[in-house]
Amino acid sequence: MDILKFITAGSVDDGKSTLIGRLLYDSEAILADQLEALHASNRKNDDGTIDLAILTDGLKAEREQGITIDVAYKYFDTDKRKFIIADAPGHIQYTRNMVTGASNAGLAIILVDARKGVVEQTTRHSFLVSLLQIPQVVVAINKMDMVGYNEDVFNKIVADYKVLAGKVGLTNVTYIPVSALKGDNIVYPSSNMSWYIGDSLLSHLENVEIKIDDLSSHARLPVQWVVRPQTEELHDYRGYAGRVSSGSFRVNDKVTVLPSGFSSTVSKIELYEKQPYEAVAGMSVTLHLADNIDISRGDIIVSSAGQPQVSNLIEADLCWMDTRVLDTSLTYLVQHNTKTVRCKISEVLYKVNINTLEKDFDEEFKLNDIGRVVIKTAEPLAFDPYQVNKANGGAIIIDSRTNVTVGALMLRQAVD
Amino acid sequence: MSRHRLDHLDELEAEAIYILREVAGQFEKPALLFSGGKDSITLVHLALKAFRPGKFPFPLVHIDTGHNFDETITYRDEMIARIGEKLIIGHVQDSINKGKVIEQKGKNASRNALQTVTLLDTIAKHGFDACIGGARRDEEKARAKERIFSVRDEFGQWDPKRQRPELWNIYNGKIHKGENVRVFPISNWTELDVWNYIRRENIPLPTIYFAHQRDCITRNGQLMAASPFLNMDEDDVITRRNVRFRTVGDMTCTAAVESYAFEIDDIIDEIASSKISERGARMDDKVSEAAMEERKKGGYF
Repeated sequence: MDILKFITAGSVDDGKSTLIGRLLYDSEAILADQLEALHASNRKNDDGTIDLAILTDGLKAEREQGITIDVAYKYFDTDKRKFIIADAPGHIQYTRNMVTGASNAGLAIILVDARKGVVEQTTRHSFLVSLLQIPQVVVAINKMDMVGYNEDVFNKIVADYKVLAGKVGLTNVTYIPVSALKGDNIVYPSSNMSWYIGDSLLSHLENVEIKIDDLSSHARLPVQWVVRPQTEELHDYRGYAGRVSSGSFRVNDKVTVLPSGFSSTVSKIELYEKQPYEAVAGMSVTLHLADNIDISRGDIIVSSAGQPQVSNLIEADLCWMDTRVLDTSLTYLVQHNTKTVRCKISEVLYKVNINTLEKDFDEEFKLNDIGRVVIKTAEPLAFDPYQVNKANGGAIIIDSRTNVTVGALMLRQAVD
Repeated sequence: MSRHRLDHLDELEAEAIYILREVAGQFEKPALLFSGGKDSITLVHLALKAFRPGKFPFPLVHIDTGHNFDETITYRDEMIARIGEKLIIGHVQDSINKGKVIEQKGKNASRNALQTVTLLDTIAKHGFDACIGGARRDEEKARAKERIFSVRDEFGQWDPKRQRPELWNIYNGKIHKGENVRVFPISNWTELDVWNYIRRENIPLPTIYFAHQRDCITRNGQLMAASPFLNMDEDDVITRRNVRFRTVGDMTCTAAVESYAFEIDDIIDEIASSKISERGARMDDKVSEAAMEERKKGGYF
């Protein structure tokens, strides 16, 4: 069994809470105490059925008090797959939380209200999903019950969305007409929309291919920790512990250590008491090299055959996540993989109005702003473009005054 | 080019090992909070995978309420001897002796709440800047919102409003002096994941997790182990029952469940099927008891 992490994007009015509630309820993933609360609640739908939005209401109450305007993680599984839902608030002021939830997602469900069609918010969510390179997108056209389950309404929205998808550069989009309220096409196929021949939402989630582009990328292992027991019998033991972030390493592979540039070969791969011949993306292992090279945390071991860019001046997309505006005169920290170094945002190229997708040149970077910048780092970073290799293309900015994570960077290319 | 993907337990394991190594790499004085329960036992196993053949870059810390099951303490001491790592014990009794906390009175008295003070004192005494814990997001709603690296202020408080964005696999462990970070490597595991992993890895557990005969009393509709720590009166009737424990904490606040699950396979079947009944539309007494147990588990952490 494998794991699909997904995010839902849509404002509360689009029926996001109800959709998540319906998905959990109809797939029998609700725990006893939650179910008890559902049945005991006075809040019912007009037809007397239980209001599934209550499932996320506990959280909503917290939000109303201003305590947690944040991502909640929910877990459920079926016979085919395990699922982790990052339930992120969709409202514009919580863009940073959506980015937090979306950064690890393999799929995004974008909700569209069938009565309203593609709106400004849809553009914003789609832009973010594209920027973060979430590999799979489902456009769930919700509230079909309120438009008489009309096929023409569905087709019109699909046509409109295709234009938007083209503009923001989204591929792998699946369209599903649903009613979260009534349960049409969420877990069970709908008898109200016989014109729709595709999968229900759950069936799609169970069967959609989880992109394994990380495996076809070049091998990367950021060094987290050097294992050196220094005991009598293990006097010369030096293992480089880390998680393979992309590609795979095999024994005898030629590798290069960056940023130093020294080369060697993989002599052994260890995983506790096992010695696998190959370590693939996602595995946490300990690598041994044939030559004695000075390697420490923050270095990255890569395939000699396909090396990343190494630079201290890099063009990147930036999502600003702090209430203090970006100060280009200030020195921040950048954390890329296991390496943390000082940096400056040396130039702001432009910002993007994420509702209209137009470029904006004259304003400062405020909370939730997104745009393109040039970052200058105190030491060179060994990175891949985020669009090519997410695992080695993302970085965060830390404000050293507050220690808070203030920005998300999607690195693009070295600047000459 | 290889195309195989990790199985879900492999993926959860690799993620947890990665997080443990990030703690080792980013902090000066980390610690692993060990309670003797299945979740922290799993953490210790993951730490073996993260750092062997080297030593752990942190000690284990047990906050001992003094009301533990004997089996838990026996397990703890045997485990420490087996893995040869350092154990630091913070005693709730010391906090009581110093007058920092006051023992509760009455039938439902427990030291469960008192241990937080002892924990914070132990953190301060040793200057720990990161504490690794075995909490999971599936346990309850508030936990569902917590980050993997969760910053606590100098009073040990979690402020949901101050949570940092947490992107990709990049964990920001930068803190000011006096603050510390609670780190949850098995955030993304469910209860069943933990059990399946324990089975797969053949990790030894304290015997109280398996069905056995025990003297019990019924308190507030729950089966409690009869012990000197439990304030009993003449109404309490001791009966010999066949039980096991789904979670392990103090003897005064950890309820037993009637069970004939003698092997780990039986336990997994039991939990899996109890989940089905939990999910069912009909609520009966047994199910609401299970729900109570889940809530207790939430309070335990």
